[in-house]
Amino acid sequence: MGKGKRFFTYLFLSIVSFISIFPFLWMLVSSTNKSVDVTGGRLLPGSYLMENFRKLLETTDLQLSLLNSAKISITTTVLSLLIASLAGYGFEVYRSRSKDIVFNILLLSMMIPFAAMMVPLYRMFARISNVVPVLGIDTMASVILPTMTTAFLIFFFRQSTKMFPKELLEAGRIDGLTEFGIFLRIFLPTMKTTYAAAAIITFMSSWNNYLWPLIVLQTPETKTMPLLISTLGSGYSPDYGMILIAIVIGTIPTALVFFLMQKQFVAGMTGSVK
Amino acid sequence: MKSANATLHSRRRSGLTGWSFVLISVILIVIFYFYPMVEALILSFQTGTGTNLVFTGLDNYKRLFQDATFITSVKNTFIYLLVQVPVMIVLALFISVLLNDSKLKFKGFFRTAIFLPCVTSLVAYSIVFKYLFAGNGLVNTFLMKLHLISAPIEWITDPFWAKITIIIAITWRWTGYNMIFYLSALQNIDNSIYEAARIDGASATRQFFGITIPLLRPIILFTSITSTIGTLQLFDEVMNITKGGPGNATQTISQYIYNLSFKYSADFGYAATVSYSIVIMIILLSFLQFKVAGEKNG
Repeated sequence: MGKGKRFFTYLFLSIVSFISIFPFLWMLVSSTNKSVDVTGGRLLPGSYLMENFRKLLETTDLQLSLLNSAKISITTTVLSLLIASLAGYGFEVYRSRSKDIVFNILLLSMMIPFAAMMVPLYRMFARISNVVPVLGIDTMASVILPTMTTAFLIFFFRQSTKMFPKELLEAGRIDGLTEFGIFLRIFLPTMKTTYAAAAIITFMSSWNNYLWPLIVLQTPETKTMPLLISTLGSGYSPDYGMILIAIVIGTIPTALVFFLMQKQFVAGMTGSVK
Repeated sequence: MKSANATLHSRRRSGLTGWSFVLISVILIVIFYFYPMVEALILSFQTGTGTNLVFTGLDNYKRLFQDATFITSVKNTFIYLLVQVPVMIVLALFISVLLNDSKLKFKGFFRTAIFLPCVTSLVAYSIVFKYLFAGNGLVNTFLMKLHLISAPIEWITDPFWAKITIIIAITWRWTGYNMIFYLSALQNIDNSIYEAARIDGASATRQFFGITIPLLRPIILFTSITSTIGTLQLFDEVMNITKGGPGNATQTISQYIYNLSFKYSADFGYAATVSYSIVIMIILLSFLQFKVAGEKNG
Protein backbone atom coordinates (compact mmCIF):
# COMPACT_ATOMS: atom_id res chain seq x y z
CA MET A 1 0.00 0.00 0.00
CA GLY A 2 1.40 3.40 -0.98
CA LYS A 3 2.08 6.22 1.44
CA GLY A 4 -0.65 8.43 0.05
CA LYS A 5 -3.18 5.67 0.37
CA ARG A 6 -2.14 4.98 3.94
CA PHE A 7 -2.46 8.66 4.81
CA PHE A 8 -5.93 8.69 3.30
CA THR A 9 -6.90 5.59 5.33
CA TYR A 10 -5.84 7.18 8.62
CA LEU A 11 -7.46 10.49 7.73
CA PHE A 12 -10.74 8.85 6.74
CA LEU A 13 -10.89 6.58 9.82
CA SER A 14 -10.02 9.52 12.08
CA ILE A 15 -12.82 11.64 10.64
CA VAL A 16 -15.35 8.81 10.95
CA SER A 17 -14.19 8.10 14.52
CA PHE A 18 -14.46 11.78 15.41
CA ILE A 19 -18.00 12.00 14.04
CA SER A 20 -18.92 8.84 15.98
CA ILE A 21 -17.52 10.10 19.27
CA PHE A 22 -18.37 13.78 19.04
CA PRO A 23 -22.05 13.59 20.12
CA PHE A 24 -20.91 11.71 23.26
CA LEU A 25 -18.29 14.33 24.08
CA TRP A 26 -20.78 17.08 23.42
CA MET A 27 -23.40 15.60 25.72
CA LEU A 28 -20.84 15.02 28.47
CA VAL A 29 -19.48 18.56 28.22
CA SER A 30 -22.92 20.14 27.88
CA SER A 31 -24.22 18.39 30.96
CA THR A 32 -21.74 20.51 32.93
CA ASN A 33 -22.83 23.78 31.35
CA LYS A 34 -25.68 26.27 31.72
CA SER A 35 -28.43 26.01 29.12
CA VAL A 36 -27.46 29.41 27.65
CA ASP A 37 -23.85 28.29 27.22
CA VAL A 38 -24.96 25.10 25.47
CA THR A 39 -26.95 27.10 22.90
CA GLY A 40 -24.03 29.54 22.70
CA GLY A 41 -21.88 26.68 21.40
CA ARG A 42 -19.59 26.32 24.43
CA LEU A 43 -17.41 23.23 24.04
CA LEU A 44 -15.48 23.43 27.30
CA PRO A 45 -16.54 21.74 30.54
CA GLY A 46 -18.29 24.10 32.94
CA SER A 47 -19.14 24.03 36.62
CA TYR A 48 -22.90 23.51 36.38
CA LEU A 49 -22.95 19.74 36.64
CA MET A 50 -24.34 19.61 40.20
CA GLU A 51 -26.73 22.47 39.50
CA ASN A 52 -28.10 20.64 36.42
CA PHE A 53 -28.34 17.43 38.39
CA ARG A 54 -30.21 19.16 41.25
CA LYS A 55 -32.67 20.66 38.75
CA LEU A 56 -33.21 17.25 37.18
CA LEU A 57 -34.01 15.72 40.57
CA GLU A 58 -36.45 18.58 41.26
CA THR A 59 -38.33 18.46 37.96
CA THR A 60 -38.47 14.71 37.40
CA ASP A 61 -38.75 11.54 39.41
CA LEU A 62 -35.36 10.32 38.24
CA GLN A 63 -34.79 7.68 40.92
CA LEU A 64 -38.17 6.11 40.25
CA SER A 65 -37.58 5.93 36.49
CA LEU A 66 -34.13 4.45 37.00
CA LEU A 67 -35.59 1.91 39.37
CA ASN A 68 -38.42 1.05 36.95
CA SER A 69 -35.96 0.63 34.08
CA ALA A 70 -33.63 -1.49 36.22
CA LYS A 71 -36.44 -3.75 37.47
CA ILE A 72 -37.85 -4.26 33.98
CA SER A 73 -34.51 -4.86 32.23
CA ILE A 74 -33.11 -7.19 34.87
CA THR A 75 -36.29 -9.28 35.12
CA THR A 76 -36.58 -9.43 31.33
CA THR A 77 -32.95 -10.49 30.98
CA VAL A 78 -33.11 -13.26 33.60
CA LEU A 79 -36.38 -14.70 32.28
CA SER A 80 -35.37 -14.36 28.61
CA LEU A 81 -32.09 -16.16 29.13
CA LEU A 82 -33.68 -19.00 31.04
CA ILE A 83 -36.57 -19.52 28.61
CA ALA A 84 -34.56 -19.09 25.42
CA SER A 85 -31.62 -21.24 26.52
CA LEU A 86 -33.96 -24.05 27.56
CA ALA A 87 -35.55 -23.89 24.13
CA GLY A 88 -32.31 -23.52 22.16
CA TYR A 89 -30.86 -26.48 24.08
CA GLY A 90 -34.03 -28.51 23.63
CA PHE A 91 -34.24 -27.93 19.88
CA GLU A 92 -30.61 -28.97 19.40
CA VAL A 93 -30.08 -31.80 21.90
CA TYR A 94 -33.46 -33.51 21.35
CA ARG A 95 -33.49 -32.76 17.67
CA SER A 96 -36.32 -34.31 15.67
CA ARG A 97 -38.03 -33.59 12.40
CA SER A 98 -41.18 -32.24 14.04
CA LYS A 99 -39.17 -30.01 16.39
CA ASP A 100 -37.21 -28.64 13.42
CA ILE A 101 -40.47 -27.68 11.76
CA VAL A 102 -41.67 -25.93 14.92
CA PHE A 103 -38.29 -24.19 15.20
CA ASN A 104 -38.56 -22.86 11.65
CA ILE A 105 -42.06 -21.60 12.34
CA LEU A 106 -40.77 -19.80 15.45
CA LEU A 107 -38.06 -18.17 13.32
CA LEU A 108 -40.77 -16.64 11.14
CA SER A 109 -41.72 -14.47 14.12
CA MET A 110 -38.48 -12.55 13.56
CA MET A 111 -40.00 -11.15 10.39
CA ILE A 112 -43.10 -9.83 12.17
CA PRO A 113 -42.75 -6.09 12.59
CA PHE A 114 -43.58 -4.80 16.05
CA ALA A 115 -45.66 -2.08 14.42
CA ALA A 116 -48.05 -4.78 13.23
CA MET A 117 -48.45 -6.29 16.68
CA MET A 118 -48.77 -3.22 18.84
CA VAL A 119 -52.49 -2.70 18.40
CA PRO A 120 -53.51 -6.32 19.14
CA LEU A 121 -51.02 -6.48 22.02
CA TYR A 122 -52.42 -3.30 23.51
CA ARG A 123 -55.97 -4.69 23.25
CA MET A 124 -54.78 -7.95 24.80
CA PHE A 125 -53.35 -6.16 27.84
CA ALA A 126 -56.35 -3.86 28.09
CA ARG A 127 -58.52 -6.99 28.35
CA ILE A 128 -56.13 -8.56 30.87
CA SER A 129 -56.40 -5.36 32.94
CA ASN A 130 -60.09 -6.03 33.52
CA VAL A 131 -59.42 -9.51 34.87
CA VAL A 132 -55.95 -9.46 36.46
CA PRO A 133 -54.93 -5.80 36.99
CA VAL A 134 -51.40 -6.73 38.14
CA LEU A 135 -50.63 -8.09 34.68
CA GLY A 136 -52.50 -5.42 32.72
CA ILE A 137 -51.77 -1.93 31.36
CA ASP A 138 -49.41 0.20 33.46
CA THR A 139 -47.64 -2.72 35.08
CA MET A 140 -44.10 -4.04 34.77
CA ALA A 141 -45.54 -7.35 33.63
CA SER A 142 -47.16 -5.77 30.59
CA VAL A 143 -43.76 -4.51 29.42
CA ILE A 144 -41.90 -7.72 30.24
CA LEU A 145 -44.28 -10.44 29.01
CA PRO A 146 -44.39 -9.67 25.27
CA THR A 147 -40.69 -8.82 25.03
CA MET A 148 -39.10 -11.64 26.99
CA THR A 149 -39.15 -14.38 24.36
CA THR A 150 -37.54 -13.75 21.00
CA ALA A 151 -36.85 -16.26 18.28
CA PHE A 152 -33.52 -14.52 17.81
CA LEU A 153 -32.35 -15.54 21.29
CA ILE A 154 -33.60 -19.13 20.87
CA PHE A 155 -31.71 -19.29 17.58
CA PHE A 156 -28.64 -17.84 19.28
CA PHE A 157 -28.70 -20.48 22.02
CA ARG A 158 -29.31 -23.25 19.53
CA GLN A 159 -26.28 -22.19 17.50
CA SER A 160 -24.15 -22.16 20.65
CA THR A 161 -25.45 -25.55 21.74
CA LYS A 162 -24.02 -26.94 18.48
CA MET A 163 -20.57 -26.12 19.89
CA PHE A 164 -21.34 -27.87 23.19
CA PRO A 165 -19.43 -31.19 23.46
CA LYS A 166 -21.93 -34.07 23.32
CA GLU A 167 -19.66 -36.28 25.47
CA LEU A 168 -20.51 -34.08 28.44
CA LEU A 169 -24.19 -35.00 28.00
CA GLU A 170 -23.35 -38.69 28.00
CA ALA A 171 -21.11 -38.25 31.03
CA GLY A 172 -23.99 -36.58 32.86
CA ARG A 173 -26.37 -39.41 31.97
CA ILE A 174 -23.88 -41.99 33.21
CA ASP A 175 -23.58 -40.03 36.46
CA GLY A 176 -27.33 -40.49 36.84
CA LEU A 177 -28.35 -36.86 36.34
CA THR A 178 -31.86 -36.19 35.07
CA GLU A 179 -32.17 -34.53 31.66
CA PHE A 180 -33.01 -31.22 33.31
CA GLY A 181 -30.18 -31.79 35.78
CA ILE A 182 -27.74 -32.09 32.89
CA PHE A 183 -28.95 -28.77 31.53
CA LEU A 184 -28.71 -27.07 34.91
CA ARG A 185 -25.50 -28.59 36.26
CA ILE A 186 -23.46 -29.14 33.09
CA PHE A 187 -24.74 -27.01 30.21
CA LEU A 188 -25.38 -23.80 32.13
CA PRO A 189 -21.98 -23.53 33.85
CA THR A 190 -20.06 -24.52 30.70
CA MET A 191 -21.79 -21.91 28.53
CA LYS A 192 -21.06 -18.87 30.70
CA THR A 193 -19.73 -16.77 27.84
CA THR A 194 -22.78 -17.51 25.70
CA TYR A 195 -25.03 -16.47 28.56
CA ALA A 196 -22.97 -13.31 29.07
CA ALA A 197 -23.32 -12.36 25.42
CA ALA A 198 -27.05 -13.08 25.45
CA ALA A 199 -27.48 -11.13 28.69
CA ILE A 200 -25.82 -8.08 27.18
CA ILE A 201 -27.98 -7.91 24.05
CA THR A 202 -31.17 -8.58 26.01
CA PHE A 203 -30.37 -6.05 28.71
CA MET A 204 -29.49 -3.41 26.11
CA SER A 205 -32.64 -3.80 24.10
CA SER A 206 -34.80 -3.91 27.20
CA TRP A 207 -33.14 -0.86 28.80
CA ASN A 208 -33.52 1.08 25.55
CA ASN A 209 -37.01 -0.09 24.61
CA TYR A 210 -39.27 2.85 23.85
CA LEU A 211 -42.34 2.20 21.70
CA TRP A 212 -44.02 -0.57 23.72
CA PRO A 213 -43.46 1.09 27.14
CA LEU A 214 -44.76 4.33 25.57
CA ILE A 215 -48.00 2.52 24.76
CA VAL A 216 -48.57 0.52 27.96
CA LEU A 217 -47.00 2.68 30.65
CA GLN A 218 -49.34 5.62 30.97
CA THR A 219 -48.84 6.97 34.50
CA PRO A 220 -45.81 9.03 35.62
CA GLU A 221 -45.07 6.47 38.37
CA THR A 222 -44.39 3.70 35.85
CA LYS A 223 -42.17 5.75 33.49
CA THR A 224 -38.89 4.19 32.36
CA MET A 225 -35.72 6.15 31.47
CA PRO A 226 -36.38 6.38 27.71
CA LEU A 227 -39.87 7.71 28.44
CA LEU A 228 -38.49 10.24 30.91
CA ILE A 229 -35.83 11.41 28.43
CA SER A 230 -38.35 11.60 25.60
CA THR A 231 -40.75 13.71 27.68
CA LEU A 232 -37.95 16.06 28.75
CA GLY A 233 -36.68 16.35 25.19
CA SER A 234 -40.04 17.26 23.70
CA GLY A 235 -40.44 20.42 25.79
CA TYR A 236 -40.64 23.76 23.98
CA SER A 237 -38.10 25.69 26.05
CA PRO A 238 -35.65 22.94 26.90
CA ASP A 239 -33.11 23.26 29.69
CA TYR A 240 -30.25 21.71 27.71
CA GLY A 241 -27.83 21.15 30.58
CA MET A 242 -30.48 19.38 32.62
CA ILE A 243 -31.78 17.21 29.77
CA LEU A 244 -28.30 16.20 28.69
CA ILE A 245 -27.39 15.06 32.17
CA ALA A 246 -30.53 12.91 32.10
CA ILE A 247 -29.33 11.43 28.81
CA VAL A 248 -25.85 10.84 30.23
CA ILE A 249 -27.33 9.04 33.25
CA GLY A 250 -29.60 6.99 31.00
CA THR A 251 -26.64 5.98 28.83
CA ILE A 252 -24.25 5.04 31.67
CA PRO A 253 -25.59 1.50 32.30
CA THR A 254 -25.38 0.39 28.68
CA ALA A 255 -22.04 2.16 28.12
CA LEU A 256 -20.62 0.44 31.20
CA VAL A 257 -21.80 -2.95 30.01
CA PHE A 258 -20.19 -2.22 26.65
CA PHE A 259 -16.80 -1.15 28.01
CA LEU A 260 -16.58 -3.91 30.60
CA MET A 261 -17.66 -6.73 28.31
CA GLN A 262 -16.79 -5.62 24.82
CA LYS A 263 -15.78 -9.08 23.68
CA GLN A 264 -19.01 -10.78 24.73
CA PHE A 265 -20.91 -7.79 23.40
CA VAL A 266 -19.60 -8.33 19.89
CA ALA A 267 -19.97 -12.11 20.24
CA GLY A 268 -23.61 -11.62 21.23
CA MET A 269 -24.33 -9.57 18.16
CA THR A 270 -22.53 -11.54 15.54
CA GLY A 271 -22.57 -15.01 17.13
CA SER A 272 -25.89 -15.92 15.65
CA VAL A 273 -24.91 -15.46 12.03
CA LYS A 274 -21.73 -17.50 12.02
CA MET B 1 -36.94 -57.43 19.78
CA LYS B 2 -36.86 -56.45 23.39
CA SER B 3 -33.91 -54.14 22.91
CA ALA B 4 -35.49 -52.55 19.83
CA ASN B 5 -38.56 -51.87 21.91
CA ALA B 6 -36.44 -50.31 24.62
CA THR B 7 -34.70 -47.91 22.22
CA LEU B 8 -38.03 -46.94 20.75
CA HIS B 9 -39.37 -46.31 24.20
CA SER B 10 -36.39 -44.24 25.31
CA ARG B 11 -36.52 -42.29 22.07
CA ARG B 12 -40.16 -41.45 22.63
CA ARG B 13 -39.40 -40.42 26.20
CA SER B 14 -36.52 -38.21 25.08
CA GLY B 15 -38.94 -36.73 22.54
CA LEU B 16 -41.27 -35.72 25.35
CA THR B 17 -38.37 -34.39 27.43
CA GLY B 18 -37.29 -32.37 24.41
CA TRP B 19 -40.75 -30.88 23.99
CA SER B 20 -40.83 -29.94 27.66
CA PHE B 21 -37.64 -27.88 27.14
CA VAL B 22 -39.09 -25.89 24.25
CA LEU B 23 -42.69 -25.68 25.47
CA ILE B 24 -42.60 -22.33 27.32
CA SER B 25 -40.98 -20.58 24.37
CA VAL B 26 -43.41 -22.03 21.88
CA ILE B 27 -46.40 -20.97 23.98
CA LEU B 28 -45.07 -17.45 24.56
CA ILE B 29 -44.22 -16.87 20.90
CA VAL B 30 -47.64 -18.13 19.83
CA ILE B 31 -49.37 -15.84 22.34
CA PHE B 32 -47.25 -12.74 21.80
CA TYR B 33 -46.37 -12.97 18.11
CA PHE B 34 -48.65 -15.26 16.11
CA TYR B 35 -51.91 -14.60 17.91
CA PRO B 36 -51.51 -10.79 17.54
CA MET B 37 -50.87 -11.26 13.83
CA VAL B 38 -54.13 -13.19 13.47
CA GLU B 39 -56.01 -10.64 15.51
CA ALA B 40 -54.49 -7.79 13.44
CA LEU B 41 -55.69 -9.53 10.28
CA ILE B 42 -59.24 -9.81 11.65
CA LEU B 43 -59.11 -6.21 12.92
CA SER B 44 -58.04 -5.02 9.48
CA PHE B 45 -61.51 -5.94 8.17
CA GLN B 46 -63.29 -4.05 10.96
CA THR B 47 -64.10 -0.43 11.64
CA GLY B 48 -65.14 1.68 14.63
CA THR B 49 -63.50 3.31 17.63
CA GLY B 50 -62.14 1.60 20.72
CA THR B 51 -63.97 -1.67 21.30
CA ASN B 52 -67.08 -0.89 19.20
CA LEU B 53 -66.04 -2.66 16.04
CA VAL B 54 -68.08 -3.89 13.08
CA PHE B 55 -67.00 -5.78 9.98
CA THR B 56 -66.66 -3.67 6.83
CA GLY B 57 -65.10 -6.12 4.41
CA LEU B 58 -62.37 -4.58 2.30
CA ASP B 59 -63.29 -0.94 3.05
CA ASN B 60 -60.15 -0.32 5.12
CA TYR B 61 -57.96 -1.62 2.33
CA LYS B 62 -59.72 0.62 -0.20
CA ARG B 63 -59.27 3.54 2.18
CA LEU B 64 -55.49 2.97 2.18
CA PHE B 65 -55.18 3.99 -1.46
CA GLN B 66 -57.09 7.25 -0.99
CA ASP B 67 -55.42 8.14 2.29
CA ALA B 68 -52.95 10.96 1.58
CA THR B 69 -51.30 10.63 5.01
CA PHE B 70 -50.73 6.92 4.47
CA ILE B 71 -49.26 7.52 1.02
CA THR B 72 -46.95 10.23 2.41
CA SER B 73 -45.84 7.91 5.21
CA VAL B 74 -45.06 5.12 2.74
CA LYS B 75 -43.16 7.55 0.51
CA ASN B 76 -41.13 8.87 3.44
CA THR B 77 -40.34 5.38 4.68
CA PHE B 78 -39.15 4.38 1.21
CA ILE B 79 -37.00 7.48 0.86
CA TYR B 80 -35.27 6.51 4.13
CA LEU B 81 -34.97 2.94 2.94
CA LEU B 82 -33.61 3.66 -0.53
CA VAL B 83 -31.16 6.35 0.52
CA GLN B 84 -30.10 5.34 3.99
CA VAL B 85 -29.68 1.55 3.77
CA PRO B 86 -27.38 1.55 0.68
CA VAL B 87 -25.30 4.49 1.96
CA MET B 88 -24.85 2.82 5.33
CA ILE B 89 -23.99 -0.60 3.91
CA VAL B 90 -21.42 0.80 1.48
CA LEU B 91 -19.91 2.95 4.23
CA ALA B 92 -19.79 0.05 6.69
CA LEU B 93 -18.20 -2.22 4.08
CA PHE B 94 -15.62 0.39 3.18
CA ILE B 95 -14.68 1.03 6.83
CA SER B 96 -14.47 -2.67 7.64
CA VAL B 97 -12.16 -3.35 4.69
CA LEU B 98 -9.88 -0.49 5.83
CA LEU B 99 -9.93 -1.83 9.39
CA ASN B 100 -9.18 -5.38 8.31
CA ASP B 101 -5.67 -4.34 7.20
CA SER B 102 -3.23 -6.22 9.46
CA LYS B 103 -0.66 -3.42 9.32
CA LEU B 104 -3.11 -0.74 10.47
CA LYS B 105 -2.25 0.98 13.77
CA PHE B 106 -4.84 2.08 16.38
CA LYS B 107 -7.20 -0.52 14.97
CA GLY B 108 -8.81 -1.17 18.37
CA PHE B 109 -9.41 2.52 18.91
CA PHE B 110 -11.01 3.06 15.49
CA ARG B 111 -13.22 0.00 15.87
CA THR B 112 -14.40 0.92 19.36
CA ALA B 113 -15.00 4.54 18.38
CA ILE B 114 -17.03 3.70 15.29
CA PHE B 115 -19.03 1.08 17.16
CA LEU B 116 -19.72 3.36 20.12
CA PRO B 117 -23.00 4.88 18.80
CA CYS B 118 -24.60 1.44 19.27
CA VAL B 119 -24.55 1.78 23.05
CA THR B 120 -26.97 4.71 23.07
CA SER B 121 -30.69 4.28 23.26
CA LEU B 122 -32.56 5.42 20.17
CA VAL B 123 -34.39 8.01 22.23
CA ALA B 124 -31.22 9.42 23.81
CA TYR B 125 -29.29 9.87 20.59
CA SER B 126 -32.35 11.27 18.82
CA ILE B 127 -32.65 14.07 21.37
CA VAL B 128 -28.92 14.77 21.11
CA PHE B 129 -29.23 14.98 17.31
CA LYS B 130 -32.29 17.20 17.58
CA TYR B 131 -30.25 19.69 19.61
CA LEU B 132 -27.10 19.43 17.47
CA PHE B 133 -29.14 20.04 14.30
CA ALA B 134 -31.35 22.78 15.73
CA GLY B 135 -31.56 26.08 13.83
CA ASN B 136 -29.08 27.65 16.26
CA GLY B 137 -27.39 24.31 16.93
CA LEU B 138 -23.75 23.36 16.74
CA VAL B 139 -23.89 21.86 13.23
CA ASN B 140 -25.07 25.14 11.72
CA THR B 141 -22.59 27.17 13.78
CA PHE B 142 -19.78 24.91 12.60
CA LEU B 143 -20.80 24.97 8.92
CA MET B 144 -21.13 28.76 8.99
CA LYS B 145 -17.74 29.21 10.65
CA LEU B 146 -16.24 27.13 7.84
CA HIS B 147 -18.14 29.36 5.36
CA LEU B 148 -19.72 26.29 3.81
CA ILE B 149 -23.15 27.88 4.20
CA SER B 150 -24.09 31.55 4.54
CA ALA B 151 -27.37 31.10 6.41
CA PRO B 152 -28.40 28.41 8.92
CA ILE B 153 -29.99 25.32 7.38
CA GLU B 154 -33.43 24.47 8.77
CA TRP B 155 -32.42 20.89 9.59
CA ILE B 156 -35.53 20.15 11.62
CA THR B 157 -38.21 22.42 10.21
CA ASP B 158 -37.68 22.21 6.45
CA PRO B 159 -39.42 19.22 4.77
CA PHE B 160 -36.36 18.30 2.69
CA TRP B 161 -33.65 18.89 5.29
CA ALA B 162 -35.66 17.18 8.04
CA LYS B 163 -35.51 13.95 6.02
CA ILE B 164 -31.75 14.42 5.56
CA THR B 165 -31.36 14.91 9.32
CA ILE B 166 -33.21 11.65 10.01
CA ILE B 167 -31.03 9.84 7.45
CA ILE B 168 -27.81 11.25 8.94
CA ALA B 169 -28.98 10.27 12.43
CA ILE B 170 -29.80 6.66 11.53
CA THR B 171 -26.56 6.30 9.59
CA TRP B 172 -24.61 7.57 12.61
CA ARG B 173 -26.31 5.08 14.91
CA TRP B 174 -26.15 1.92 12.77
CA THR B 175 -23.02 2.05 10.55
CA GLY B 176 -20.77 0.70 13.33
CA TYR B 177 -23.27 -2.04 14.06
CA ASN B 178 -23.15 -3.31 10.48
CA MET B 179 -19.39 -2.82 10.31
CA ILE B 180 -18.94 -5.33 13.16
CA PHE B 181 -20.75 -8.01 11.13
CA TYR B 182 -18.52 -7.39 8.09
CA LEU B 183 -15.37 -7.32 10.19
CA SER B 184 -16.09 -10.67 11.78
CA ALA B 185 -16.86 -12.12 8.35
CA LEU B 186 -13.67 -10.64 6.86
CA GLN B 187 -11.59 -12.23 9.60
CA ASN B 188 -12.87 -15.62 8.49
CA ILE B 189 -11.60 -15.16 4.92
CA ASP B 190 -8.38 -17.09 4.36
CA ASN B 191 -5.57 -14.64 3.63
CA SER B 192 -4.04 -17.01 1.08
CA ILE B 193 -6.88 -16.21 -1.33
CA TYR B 194 -5.73 -12.60 -1.39
CA GLU B 195 -2.08 -13.63 -1.71
CA ALA B 196 -2.90 -15.80 -4.71
CA ALA B 197 -4.79 -12.88 -6.26
CA ARG B 198 -1.85 -10.54 -5.66
CA ILE B 199 0.53 -12.99 -7.31
CA ASP B 200 -1.85 -13.05 -10.28
CA GLY B 201 -1.51 -9.27 -10.34
CA ALA B 202 -5.03 -8.36 -9.24
CA SER B 203 -5.37 -4.74 -8.05
CA ALA B 204 -6.88 -3.85 -4.67
CA THR B 205 -10.12 -2.85 -6.42
CA ARG B 206 -10.23 -6.15 -8.33
CA GLN B 207 -9.62 -8.03 -5.08
CA PHE B 208 -12.43 -6.11 -3.40
CA PHE B 209 -15.01 -6.84 -6.10
CA GLY B 210 -13.66 -10.26 -7.07
CA ILE B 211 -13.03 -11.77 -3.63
CA THR B 212 -14.35 -9.69 -0.74
CA ILE B 213 -17.81 -8.87 -2.05
CA PRO B 214 -18.67 -12.41 -3.27
CA LEU B 215 -17.46 -13.98 -0.01
CA LEU B 216 -19.37 -11.44 2.08
CA ARG B 217 -22.54 -11.78 0.03
CA PRO B 218 -24.46 -13.85 2.64
CA ILE B 219 -23.64 -11.39 5.40
CA ILE B 220 -24.45 -8.41 3.17
CA LEU B 221 -27.79 -10.07 2.48
CA PHE B 222 -28.35 -10.61 6.19
CA THR B 223 -27.53 -7.00 7.11
CA SER B 224 -29.58 -5.54 4.27
CA ILE B 225 -32.62 -7.58 5.30
CA THR B 226 -32.32 -6.62 8.97
CA SER B 227 -31.75 -2.97 8.01
CA THR B 228 -34.75 -3.05 5.70
CA ILE B 229 -36.97 -4.54 8.40
CA GLY B 230 -35.63 -1.96 10.86
CA THR B 231 -36.20 0.98 8.52
CA LEU B 232 -39.73 -0.12 7.62
CA GLN B 233 -40.50 0.04 11.35
CA LEU B 234 -38.72 3.32 11.99
CA PHE B 235 -40.34 5.09 14.92
CA ASP B 236 -38.14 6.24 17.83
CA GLU B 237 -35.95 8.64 15.83
CA VAL B 238 -38.71 10.37 13.91
CA MET B 239 -40.88 10.62 17.02
CA ASN B 240 -38.10 12.27 19.00
CA ILE B 241 -36.31 14.37 16.37
CA THR B 242 -39.11 15.83 14.26
CA LYS B 243 -42.35 14.32 15.69
CA GLY B 244 -43.12 13.48 12.06
CA GLY B 245 -43.15 17.13 10.99
CA PRO B 246 -43.01 19.61 9.47
CA GLY B 247 -46.56 18.70 8.44
CA ASN B 248 -46.19 14.99 7.74
CA ALA B 249 -42.90 15.44 5.89
CA THR B 250 -40.92 12.93 7.97
CA GLN B 251 -43.73 10.73 9.28
CA THR B 252 -43.18 6.98 8.94
CA ILE B 253 -45.69 4.13 8.65
CA SER B 254 -45.07 2.97 12.25
CA GLN B 255 -45.71 6.45 13.51
CA TYR B 256 -48.93 6.69 11.52
CA ILE B 257 -50.11 3.40 13.08
CA TYR B 258 -49.24 4.78 16.51
CA ASN B 259 -51.09 8.03 15.81
CA LEU B 260 -54.17 6.25 14.46
CA SER B 261 -54.34 3.97 17.52
CA PHE B 262 -53.18 6.06 20.44
CA LYS B 263 -53.11 9.71 19.46
CA TYR B 264 -56.27 10.27 17.43
CA SER B 265 -59.52 8.37 17.96
CA ALA B 266 -58.35 4.77 18.60
CA ASP B 267 -59.13 3.62 15.06
CA PHE B 268 -57.79 0.11 15.73
CA GLY B 269 -59.31 -1.49 12.65
CA TYR B 270 -57.74 0.88 10.17
CA ALA B 271 -54.46 0.94 12.14
CA ALA B 272 -54.31 -2.85 11.76
CA THR B 273 -54.85 -2.47 8.01
CA VAL B 274 -51.96 -0.01 7.78
CA SER B 275 -49.82 -2.38 9.85
CA TYR B 276 -50.50 -5.22 7.44
CA SER B 277 -49.07 -3.05 4.68
CA ILE B 278 -45.72 -3.20 6.52
CA VAL B 279 -45.98 -6.98 6.83
CA ILE B 280 -46.58 -7.30 3.10
CA MET B 281 -43.71 -4.92 2.29
CA ILE B 282 -41.30 -6.85 4.53
CA ILE B 283 -42.23 -10.13 2.89
CA LEU B 284 -41.89 -8.70 -0.63
CA LEU B 285 -38.62 -6.87 0.01
CA SER B 286 -36.98 -9.79 1.85
CA PHE B 287 -38.00 -12.07 -0.98
CA LEU B 288 -36.60 -9.62 -3.52
CA GLN B 289 -33.29 -9.31 -1.66
CA PHE B 290 -33.04 -13.09 -1.38
CA LYS B 291 -33.63 -13.39 -5.11
CA VAL B 292 -31.06 -10.74 -6.03
CA ALA B 293 -28.33 -11.95 -3.66
CA GLY B 294 -29.26 -15.63 -3.76
CA GLU B 295 -29.08 -16.06 -7.53
CA LYS B 296 -25.52 -14.80 -7.80
CA ASN B 297 -24.67 -16.90 -4.80
CA GLY B 298 -25.94 -20.20 -6.11
